[in-house]
Amino acid sequence: MVLTGSGQGGIRLTAVDGAAARLGLSAGMPLADARALVPGLNVADAAPQDDAKALAALADWCTRYGPWCAVDGADGIRLDITGCAHLFGGEAAMLRDMERRLRGFGFAARGAVADTPAAAWGWARYRGRNRPPVLETGQTDLLLSLPVAALRLDVASLDTLAVLGLASVGAVAALPRGPLSQRLGEAVLERLDRLFGRLAEPITPRPVAEPLISRMIFPEAIGRWEDIDAAAHRLVGHLCAGMSLKGQGARRLELGFYRVDGGVQHIAIGTSSPTHSPDHILRLFAERLGTVAPGFGIEAMVLRASETEPLLSRQSAFSSAGQADPAALAALIDRLQNRLGSHRVVQLIPIESHMPERAERQKPASVEDSSPRKHRKSASLSMAEAFYKQGRSARPLSLLPIPEPIEAIAPVPDDPPLTFRWRRNLHRVAFADGPERIGPEWWLPGQQGRARDYYRVEDAAGRRFWLYREGLYGAVEPPRWFLHGFFP
Amino acid sequence: MQSHINSLPAERIARAAALIRGGLTTEVETRPCSGTGAVEIDAALPWGGLPRGLHEIAMSAADAAGAGFVAALIGRRPSRGPILWCRPRRVALDAGDPYGPGIAELGIEPARLIMVEAAKPADLLWAMEEGARTKGLAAVVAEGVTPDLTAGRRLQLAAEAGDGLILLLQSGRQIVPSSALTRWFVASIPSLPEAGGPGRPCWKLELWRCRGGGRPQDWMVEWDDAALSLSVVTQMADRPLAATG
Repeated sequence: MVLTGSGQGGIRLTAVDGAAARLGLSAGMPLADARALVPGLNVADAAPQDDAKALAALADWCTRYGPWCAVDGADGIRLDITGCAHLFGGEAAMLRDMERRLRGFGFAARGAVADTPAAAWGWARYRGRNRPPVLETGQTDLLLSLPVAALRLDVASLDTLAVLGLASVGAVAALPRGPLSQRLGEAVLERLDRLFGRLAEPITPRPVAEPLISRMIFPEAIGRWEDIDAAAHRLVGHLCAGMSLKGQGARRLELGFYRVDGGVQHIAIGTSSPTHSPDHILRLFAERLGTVAPGFGIEAMVLRASETEPLLSRQSAFSSAGQADPAALAALIDRLQNRLGSHRVVQLIPIESHMPERAERQKPASVEDSSPRKHRKSASLSMAEAFYKQGRSARPLSLLPIPEPIEAIAPVPDDPPLTFRWRRNLHRVAFADGPERIGPEWWLPGQQGRARDYYRVEDAAGRRFWLYREGLYGAVEPPRWFLHGFFP
Repeated sequence: MQSHINSLPAERIARAAALIRGGLTTEVETRPCSGTGAVEIDAALPWGGLPRGLHEIAMSAADAAGAGFVAALIGRRPSRGPILWCRPRRVALDAGDPYGPGIAELGIEPARLIMVEAAKPADLLWAMEEGARTKGLAAVVAEGVTPDLTAGRRLQLAAEAGDGLILLLQSGRQIVPSSALTRWFVASIPSLPEAGGPGRPCWKLELWRCRGGGRPQDWMVEWDDAALSLSVVTQMADRPLAATG
């Protein structure tokens, strides 16, 4: 089994498993060579991003051994176990426990314990087969016996060292520092210093994702609406204080009610933009609190911000008069969306398409999208303005979601109809404008069809419609007429 | 809860009294909120334009003149705030969805439109009231909903609390009791053709009802789609029909 990725000069192996390594394959080998060596090779694409994610998750898991954990490179995790090892029965026992658990997860891991992170890195990867994993203090000779690769240098430096005939760390360390740095750069000296603990290499621990949560346990079960309301007030206030300290705003909140009989009820609200305003959140919850059934009483309430986002600093002071206050608008959109559903409170997003019914899309409303200033730049207005300036035919004020077939009488091909019947009413065309031919977007899947000729017509009463004829007269399939929109 | 009770005495009683008197009082405010753009029409309204509050615009089926008039009114407002457009789904199937490129041609950025769809009239009225109460909205437009007297009164109060214009689009000529400040009927009339095609949109605006003294009258107006303004055309007959040539 090997993993591949595109590398220099084509596809190369990025990782090999034990069986493949025994057959003589190694990372960096071109895939074609590997296939020649092992005909029935099992090949899969490498997914470095997923690997990084899994490694980060594993590093989080490692915090069970100690708080100072960090991802180290693309394939390592380092832990500072100072003061932690005795809890697991010593360094060796701790490492055995860790390796056993990782094997249980299905990972093949090699661990080492050493005095410095750099030494542990090298010892874990390059120690001899029968060496102990724990490098005791003072075993410098063991470190010096490691190959130069244990210095964690880049490939170019390693090549230079190989050319110079330097194979072990000891050989490099024995050289005078001045010429060494001139020849190979400061990096080698820095690595050596780190290896022997002359240079500190601190661990940046992974930030612990602390869930934003506030809970309340009642000494006596509550059931009155006023009590629930008061508790919700305190929970929201507490959570909002926590969020504002962190500069976070909630996008989704869940309030859980734990009843004495063991039942749990959750109510959830969502917001269109991150908020930590208690009033805003309470108003959203207030509409749902009525659905809570206290039963025999509620003994605990837990409020959790399940989705948060960093709160951007607002520039409300600069918003000009006559423009909506973003906070008030966000509150309005949130209340509407929480009661009616986010797909029922939408905005129109322009799309570059020739087909009229595809030229816009509906998207759940949010405050960012409804400020006209921003949209001045965006496609919506410029596209419509472009239509206008080019002298293109006007677009209707409203569009039927599905064009409706009409019976039209057009005596001359390529002419607008004289009369048409729509929804059983006969309309006599007084004036017409057109045609504007709109071809199907054949380059998109599912968009094959016939070209449409659009006409803007005004009937005898002055009502204006947008009609189109699909297909041409004289074609195999007779043309069909549709009504698509209305002009003011 | 507490604060409401504390603020009860004078203010709330006055408000309740106003509610009870309802249609009888003419405690409408004096300043206009939005002009129609046509001098003759603004002059005929006691406020010199449309004031904050509920306005009903009736139209016949399959006539987009009403929607055009609404767009014209909103386009005239100095506010560039969002527009809340509330309607039940059946209206979209019947009369179509507002169409962004077409709205842009009437001088309104499509991004300002927030479309609300609700099946139940109660939800629609609630959404309208919430919108009307929110400051900074350019207008609340509703279609396919008929508020009763109480609901209409609530909307009126909400619009006064915010600074909103509530425009209610209704179809049909039937007169239902309502608490709207004005009631209009808008219908398309034949336009003056330009180069053989349809000309600028022309509408007949009938002011049916106007609380606070306006008398019913009607105007023929033409919408100038380049200058984005309404103008009254006095006599259709006098217009130079030669242009059809």
